[in-house]
Amino acid sequence: MIRYFSSNFSHLILLIGIFIMIIPVWLIFASSTHTASIINTQGLQFFLGDKFLENYTKVLLYEGGFFKEITALKMFLNSFLMATGVAFLSVISSLMTAYVLVYFRVKYATLLFWIIFITILVPLELRIFPTYSVMSTLNLVNSYWGLIIPISASAIATLFFRQFYKTIPDELLESAKLDGANTWRFFIDFLVPLSKTMIVAMFIFMFVFGYNQYLWPILVTSSEQYWTVVMGLKMMSGSIVNKFAFVIMSMIPPVLIIIVLQKYFIKGIFQDK
Amino acid sequence: MSFLELKKVTKIYPNGTKAVHETSMNVENGEFMVFVGPSGCGKSTLLRMIAGLEDITEGNINLDGILINKVDPSERDVAMVFQNYALYPHMNVYNNLAYGLKNRGISKEDIEKKVNEAAKLLQISEYLQRKPSMLSGGQRQRVAMGRAIVRSPKIFLFDEPLSNLDAKLRIQMRLEIKKLQQKVGVTSIFVTHDQVEAMTLADRLAVINNGLIEQLGTPIEIYNNPKSMFVAGFIGSPQMNFLEGELKNKTLTSEGFEINNVTSDFNGPVILGIRPEHMSQTDKGLINLSVDLVEQLGSDNLIYGEIKNKKDFCFRCPGSQIIKKGSKLSLNINDNNYYVFDKSNGNRVN
Ligand SMILES: Nc1ncnc2c1ncn2[C@@H]1O[C@H](COP(=O)(O)OP(=O)(O)OP(=O)(O)O)[C@@H](O)[C@H]1O
Ligand SMILES: [Mg+2]
Repeated sequence: MIRYFSSNFSHLILLIGIFIMIIPVWLIFASSTHTASIINTQGLQFFLGDKFLENYTKVLLYEGGFFKEITALKMFLNSFLMATGVAFLSVISSLMTAYVLVYFRVKYATLLFWIIFITILVPLELRIFPTYSVMSTLNLVNSYWGLIIPISASAIATLFFRQFYKTIPDELLESAKLDGANTWRFFIDFLVPLSKTMIVAMFIFMFVFGYNQYLWPILVTSSEQYWTVVMGLKMMSGSIVNKFAFVIMSMIPPVLIIIVLQKYFIKGIFQDK
Repeated sequence: MSFLELKKVTKIYPNGTKAVHETSMNVENGEFMVFVGPSGCGKSTLLRMIAGLEDITEGNINLDGILINKVDPSERDVAMVFQNYALYPHMNVYNNLAYGLKNRGISKEDIEKKVNEAAKLLQISEYLQRKPSMLSGGQRQRVAMGRAIVRSPKIFLFDEPLSNLDAKLRIQMRLEIKKLQQKVGVTSIFVTHDQVEAMTLADRLAVINNGLIEQLGTPIEIYNNPKSMFVAGFIGSPQMNFLEGELKNKTLTSEGFEINNVTSDFNGPVILGIRPEHMSQTDKGLINLSVDLVEQLGSDNLIYGEIKNKKDFCFRCPGSQIIKKGSKLSLNINDNNYYVFDKSNGNRVN
């Protein structure tokens, strides 16, 4: 009885939380379907208007920026490339780093791991100028690789994979060895499939992380061609309804990726197989 | 030359633990060898060195005429069954069996044939499409065995594969392993700390204590002729009774009785060992036992009691005999079936 009550109660709290988060988004969405003059005179709208198609197509195809070289569509493409690149590279690099740290006879593996982990305390924003100078030496300024590479090594993902590998019993490796698996085969045939759910979870995390980058893309790109959605949010000119429409659209890719992959995502976080 | 030869094999772990001391032994082709000994005596370590999962600190291991000290486990062509089975959780039973074959570059049709054969032999054909998590303990055990058999390796290594099963299943699987090994005829080494398992499975038995082989022989040899007090106490169930005594001029004095004409020239304090099943009731026997406890097993009775200063002395008699708590028994040792050990070092002296 008490459990029943408390579970209902916690549902209630969750529902309140959801409303608090959703209402502002809804306000923006509803407002983005009106004309600019309605918003300017009557404030934010709670109900849908009839300018949805008009406002959204205009935003998608509008040529923005100082040199009129960029459309919202292109920004979405840029953001998608950047986020996917970051997600792929950081998942692969942290999978392999964790593999080496846990399964190879690396001297001071624990110390090395903590050194990697400490980099969490030094986010890109803190070391942004040295990073920029490295990128410019490598001639990667104004390129997709320049956007992707500096943020595609993740200490957090390495931590997750390392902790997961440590829970895999040694006998699994041993019997795989006796079955003729070499170093590479053990990684591909065992660790990758066993950490599948965690890979998906990390992929989503890193995708959203890459998608949300703002300061670094601004710094490393001077050409408007490389603008990302998040940069566009700031740079966007035009009427208020178009800005609203762009805000709403900018939310779609991360939400979409979570919805598509969510069944793995939840499993990965809670580690039940 | 023997099939598997261990020459003065020693293992010292990095932390300084000396787990195996200069062990030498030979295992013949097709033989079922059992390592038995108490927990921590180094059985697993020895087995894992043969498998290549632990480095050999000193000594040599030859398998089928090849020195394998430095051969990678994946190249040794040995198969091991682990205590917790170590099945591949993300592969179904079929792939669990097939994985080792795939790595050896065997064709798909051959793999299928071999897997199906092994599955049939082990009666797991119905489960081939299931994941290990959907199997019972006994079924998992069979899959683990199947994974070993399917590759027809040079040698099977078993590290206490039955200890996770319940008592009934253990006995059943014990029987099946023995039958299977006789059918397949692959040289096997089986590690256990259960002496019944050891006795029933082994062609030959190595009793290990503190990283040393105390005695090596057929189960019956070891049962009839233990070389030391440790072996005598370890093999046989219920355990051999040990009584303190003194041997002088071939006469042994112990707990209120004397044995004459002991076949030994040893003089000094000794331990007398008598197996519970090597005594019988008579009118005027050597040993007077006052009964404290009777365990009725059905076929047998185990009688525990006191003789002079020794408590929990055990005597085994047929289950048909009715013996009450508190009664006094008079026992004789059958056919001079007793063992005398030097008290100072436990070595057999008669
Ligand atoms: N990795 C290791 N590092 C250091 N010492 C170890 C290691 N593995 C085992 N030992 C020690 O070596 C000795 C032998 O261990 P082993 O595992 O071979 O025993 P065992 O006979 O298999 O025992 P059990 O019946 O409990 O499995 C023990 O004293 C153990 O503490
Ligand atoms: Mg062991």
